[in-house]
Amino acid sequence: MAFIYIFTGTLLLFSFFKDREKTISALKVAWKKLLKILPSFIVMIIAVSVLLYFIPEHAIVEHLNGTSKWISFLSAILLGSVAVMPGFVAFPLGGILLTKGVTHMVISAFTTTLMMVGIVTFPIEKIYLGTKVTILRNIISIAIAVITALITALFYGELI
Amino acid sequence: MKTMIALSVLYAIFILISLIFEIDSGIQIGTNFLSYSKELILILPCAFILIGLFEVWVKRETIEKHLGKDSGIKGYLWVILLASTTIGGIIVSFPVAYSLQKKGAKLSVLFTYISASAVGRIPMTVFEASFIGLKFSLIRLFTSLPLIIITSILLEKILIKSDFKIREKATSQKNLIPK
Repeated sequence: MAFIYIFTGTLLLFSFFKDREKTISALKVAWKKLLKILPSFIVMIIAVSVLLYFIPEHAIVEHLNGTSKWISFLSAILLGSVAVMPGFVAFPLGGILLTKGVTHMVISAFTTTLMMVGIVTFPIEKIYLGTKVTILRNIISIAIAVITALITALFYGELI
Repeated sequence: MKTMIALSVLYAIFILISLIFEIDSGIQIGTNFLSYSKELILILPCAFILIGLFEVWVKRETIEKHLGKDSGIKGYLWVILLASTTIGGIIVSFPVAYSLQKKGAKLSVLFTYISASAVGRIPMTVFEASFIGLKFSLIRLFTSLPLIIITSILLEKILIKSDFKIREKATSQKNLIPK
């Protein structure tokens, strides 16, 4: 995180020495865009905080560690699409799942949908892409996650 | 919008009451809010300042040449590289994609960028590899990225007929008809 601030600060300083007016207009652009999107972000974080409470880690472990491989696979896609998680929660969770005997295929389906498919982020995505394309992009992403998970299974010999 | 504000206020009151009366569920949700905010809200100012600098400094010709109509396969590689260093992931990729579009990047490249910034960020991939395994991460990247490029090209083919554009605010499609 600190690195990002140092990087941005350095660029900003450099830009300021090169062209003061351009830099000020860049900051104005930044400020205007930030203000426009901030309310939607806060609403999204509220939704995520509630959702994380109702889908706790042990519930995810339970659902992805079912007796049937394919039901676990389906749950992984569903949970991954609904849940939004910071990376520092998601990947350690993936590690935990692995030690509990969850297959790589299921973990792949879960993490890929987690990253690419967003029901909670829908209101924000809609602003930029519109409803129709947002739905289309999410459906395509689910398909990509399914294929990726199946190929992962192939490489780990989990299909048979 | 009004219902959103009302819900947010209700939420804030609930968290506050939970803090005073030590209601577990409310405190837990509040903690979730803080931990997720930390990862996202702290990134936003930097992300938007970088977008602002991009908009004033980067020439339209540069983007048009490398990410535009005639950029070919290289355009996708460039944009995946850009996505791998995008902070904040897919959520931040939308405003960035809008700015790239303004400078002349083509739709398929933009969709590739959006999805690639979800699955292909370098810090995230390193983190993932250390917890789940390098082999796992590599399979995931080398399967999903080609699929992302292919589907983005298809998506462009479908959307180009209706003159689709990434927008910055929710406007109805009617307003997009050129005067």
